Amino acid sequence: MRLKGRLTITALVAFLLFFAGYAALFIAPDERTMHEIQRVFYVHLPLWAAMYSALVVAFISNIGWLATRKPMWDWLAVSAVEVGVVCCTGGLITGVLWGRPAWGIWWTWDARLTTAFILWLLYVSYLLLRGLIEDPQRRATLSAVFGIFAFLDAPLVYAANRLWRTQHPAPVIFGDANSGLDPTMGKVLVACIAAMLAVMVLVLVDRYRLERLRYEVDELRLAADARAADLNSATARSPR
Amino acid sequence: MTAARAAAILLAKELRLEFRTRELLNATIVFALVVIVLFSFSFDPTAAESRRYGPGLLWIAFLFAGSLMLHPSFAREQSNQTLDALRMAPVSPFAILLGKMLANFVFLSLAEVVLVPVFAVLYNVSIAGVIGRLIVVLMLGTLGVVITGTVFSAVSAHARMRELLLPLLLLPILAPLLIAAVEATASLFAEQPSLDRTWLAFLAGFDIVFLTASWLLCDFLLEE
Repeated sequence: MRLKGRLTITALVAFLLFFAGYAALFIAPDERTMHEIQRVFYVHLPLWAAMYSALVVAFISNIGWLATRKPMWDWLAVSAVEVGVVCCTGGLITGVLWGRPAWGIWWTWDARLTTAFILWLLYVSYLLLRGLIEDPQRRATLSAVFGIFAFLDAPLVYAANRLWRTQHPAPVIFGDANSGLDPTMGKVLVACIAAMLAVMVLVLVDRYRLERLRYEVDELRLAADARAADLNSATARSPR
Repeated sequence: MTAARAAAILLAKELRLEFRTRELLNATIVFALVVIVLFSFSFDPTAAESRRYGPGLLWIAFLFAGSLMLHPSFAREQSNQTLDALRMAPVSPFAILLGKMLANFVFLSLAEVVLVPVFAVLYNVSIAGVIGRLIVVLMLGTLGVVITGTVFSAVSAHARMRELLLPLLLLPILAPLLIAAVEATASLFAEQPSLDRTWLAFLAGFDIVFLTASWLLCDFLLEE
């Protein structure tokens, strides 16, 4: 029953993804100056939307763990950061691929690009940190503290770069907030963002289940070890 | 005992410990000097070039030095389980953290007092006229480094490979501080020095955000 439900949801998300991909490639109108290459936009922006959503989930989970100490928050935090890092990597790669034909350069130290890159570094460090602390309780607490610091840093990184680069105007993508975006393009974009978010949530939920199973296996192993130690001492004590 | 008094006692303890050997301070200063000297090979250190690259160089040297210097802050407490003793003392965790932050602030500032004149001489930068304003920038920047650095020193102290982990955690977080500190310093090294107050405010904002965060999270940071 549960498997059936999950399969249905996965099929729905796959259909949504297929539809969004079709819309991005065939329904969305041709962009005036960039033409076909602009269609990477329908992957690029949804990836960023998914990444920022995942990082917000991670931030809330970090606070949730510190406030309640329920292990579910820790599972959610690590899952969200992993998914967020994957989306961030995808966003950076599609951005670089797009930047070369559109701007003539692979990379520019614009506020948004720099913020994305620093965020990528911060959350990769978060995952490294988790890998280097043995004790699960301590790992959850310390990585939650680091996660909160990293999340607080993001607006500061953006503000600093924004202030700093004002003299050197960064390449403008769409002017202000989607100005001049064709209505069809807008609709396709919404479909693409919805599809990407759905994929993100699907992966996040699966990753969460995996983390929970790992935790349960660890608990069982600890209980089995304790029981084995009990039995050993009992046999040692019992008279032959 | 008030938090301020407890922090002052801890600060005195940290300073006493360090000034018995001065090993941390000496190593930090020499390390930063090495960075400053090595940078002279990456560009032509004439006055005009120094004005362009000097502030960045100076702050990179401080950040690297800080990220190495802050590591022992909590790691040193682990070898003899002295952190447990500190935790058992009837003081708030924030007082412990604050005492360590202040001690690290003193150490890094002392290193800067030695390094800035050396830098000015080697790179032919005139700091005599702007020394007061430069000290304000240095203090705000150093505060940001030690606030985040002390917290992360407590985070990384429990991890494996912690010597490598601390710079890894700390340096990306300090990216906005680096930009602000470099720009504020550059405005003082310019031909017509005038302190850029936007960056000064940014530095102060950075310090306040992370000091507040450390205050809110210090209970979790120091728990057993």
